[in-house]
Amino acid sequence: MKPHWLSRPENVRRLWRAFIAVLALVVAAQFAVPVHGYFAAEGWFGFAALFGFLACVGMVLFAKLLGLLLKRRDDYYGDGGGDV
Amino acid sequence: MFELVFPPAFIMILGALLVAMARPALRPVLALAAPLVTLYAVWQVPDGIQLTVEFLGRELQLVEGGPLRRLFATVFSVMAFGGALFALRQARWQEMSAAMAYAAGAIGVSFAGDLIVMFLFWEFMALFSTVVVWCGGTEGARRAGIRYAIVHLVGGIVLKIGIEGLMIHTGSVEIRALELGGFDTWMVFIGILVNAAAPPIGAWLADAYPESSPTGGVFLSAFTTKTAVLALILLFPGTELLVWIGLWMVFHGIIYALLENDMRRILSYSIINQVGFMLVGVGIGTEMALNGSAAHAFTHIIYKALLFMSAGAVLYQTGRRRCSDLGGLYQSMPFTTVCGIIGALSISAFPLTSGFVSKSLTVAGAAGGQLQVVYYLLVAASAGVFLHAGIKYPWFVFFQKDSGLRPADPPLNMRLAMGLFAVLCIAIGVFPGILYGLLPYPVDYVPYTGEHVLSQLQLLLFAGLAFFLMLPLMQRTLTVTLDFDWIWRVALFRVAVGALAAGEAAAASWARAREAAGAWMGTRVALLFGAGGVFSRSWAIGTTALWLALLLSLYVLTHYL
Repeated sequence: MKPHWLSRPENVRRLWRAFIAVLALVVAAQFAVPVHGYFAAEGWFGFAALFGFLACVGMVLFAKLLGLLLKRRDDYYGDGGGDV
Repeated sequence: MFELVFPPAFIMILGALLVAMARPALRPVLALAAPLVTLYAVWQVPDGIQLTVEFLGRELQLVEGGPLRRLFATVFSVMAFGGALFALRQARWQEMSAAMAYAAGAIGVSFAGDLIVMFLFWEFMALFSTVVVWCGGTEGARRAGIRYAIVHLVGGIVLKIGIEGLMIHTGSVEIRALELGGFDTWMVFIGILVNAAAPPIGAWLADAYPESSPTGGVFLSAFTTKTAVLALILLFPGTELLVWIGLWMVFHGIIYALLENDMRRILSYSIINQVGFMLVGVGIGTEMALNGSAAHAFTHIIYKALLFMSAGAVLYQTGRRRCSDLGGLYQSMPFTTVCGIIGALSISAFPLTSGFVSKSLTVAGAAGGQLQVVYYLLVAASAGVFLHAGIKYPWFVFFQKDSGLRPADPPLNMRLAMGLFAVLCIAIGVFPGILYGLLPYPVDYVPYTGEHVLSQLQLLLFAGLAFFLMLPLMQRTLTVTLDFDWIWRVALFRVAVGALAAGEAAAASWARAREAAGAWMGTRVALLFGAGGVFSRSWAIGTTALWLALLLSLYVLTHYL
């Protein structure tokens, strides 16, 4: 059976290329649509893009560290976290 | 003209009773009709106090109208309808009836004219939501339901203490903006925050909701936390502490959702995150920010219910709840996938969805108050919402690896409910005027400006890039992450078990000591008074006389000394 079109490797590559093109586009669009925002820093070129990216990296890394401390096997509480 | 005979909440309660008593064939009709009739009644309530009743010598304001109250009661009614449609043929009648009573409680709180009426409906909600949790039907659901009930009953008592204090000290139980200070107001504040799922006690939410049935989770996601938001808007607008509690919840929700493996627990943490946004708005307290909180509550109920429906559909069709067991479902559940994605985009405030037009109000409220730090934290959190709910949830449930599961889309009524709410999410996003017209204060805000759309797209799409680049760091593991509920599920339990064991040990050693002392006494007595003991021997007369002389001379001696 042929895999679903979304699962084929060549299409995944295409999706990545399209995604990167869109990313470039929304940053480049700032030339056409000047962003002022509420505070000064928001007017910088690509501020929202960089801010969003860094905020997410920070949150994922923080979650990872917290996970080292607080993650337990999922039967930790011993009262059926399993399937119904 | 429709005369207000009784409060809208009572229509819903009547519906719940009828569903419980009716023949099975009639139940679906009643379950769908009751929320619609209630919605009609909600819109017939004029502003101001409408209905008072005498209760224990006090005059209670059972129904008070107003734009804010109408807004919440409207979305609660819509939610009850959507939830009933989703659960129509799948939920047991006990669950359906309890869920309707639960919705009735929420509508009752929305129209409560004083704190006593609010409290009564508040407890009503606690009662029937517990039943909904129990309808999960598993051992896990039973235990989670007990914990849920304890937390909410304790929260209710705290609230009641506060209300009674206010009643005694101010003589008024009116619902008005209170100043935080003094024991009574703090009690009311804390009692409400328990229901708002504020940390540390808020861990009840992610503990209980994921244990409910596939349909029960949809109802649970909507009412409790949002009535708490309404209560905070009415009672504590502009309380700065709420800004910080809200920010804590916003990030707590994101971080824990990132660590979660259970799909509905991801969504539960995402509720905590979203309610955090609303609390920040209440804390800022400007008209813009309060509008934002109210609008956000409205849209959130719809898209979060949609997300819970999509997760419920997956659970119903596959019986699996862990992301690590799911994946690849888009191939056989395209409709559910699309609805789940619409919900996920809405919660992420993607342009053209309902979240975009509601959350922006809160964030703009923060900017309007010149709260720069709060503003940037909210923007960072918006990116984080896309990360944990906007992408993570649909990615790990519907895409990622191929789990080999090929479940079909769920039954028609479930698809209809999802379709209805998906349409509402888009409709509000495209025509924000529908929502803005319902808000308590006039809206002077245009969500769709070029720069706003552009910066939001940059923010979200680059958050998406971060997700896919860091995918290796996000692989699901078969784990739970300890939250504050560890304190009462494990630590306090251990303390209690330890105290019991120590008590038993102390009692046992006391018993041993007494026994040993008794035995020792016995042997002494036997030794002294028994056969041949010192006191049972016979003595010679001479020895006795000698002892008497000795004692008497001692006596004489001491007398003269």
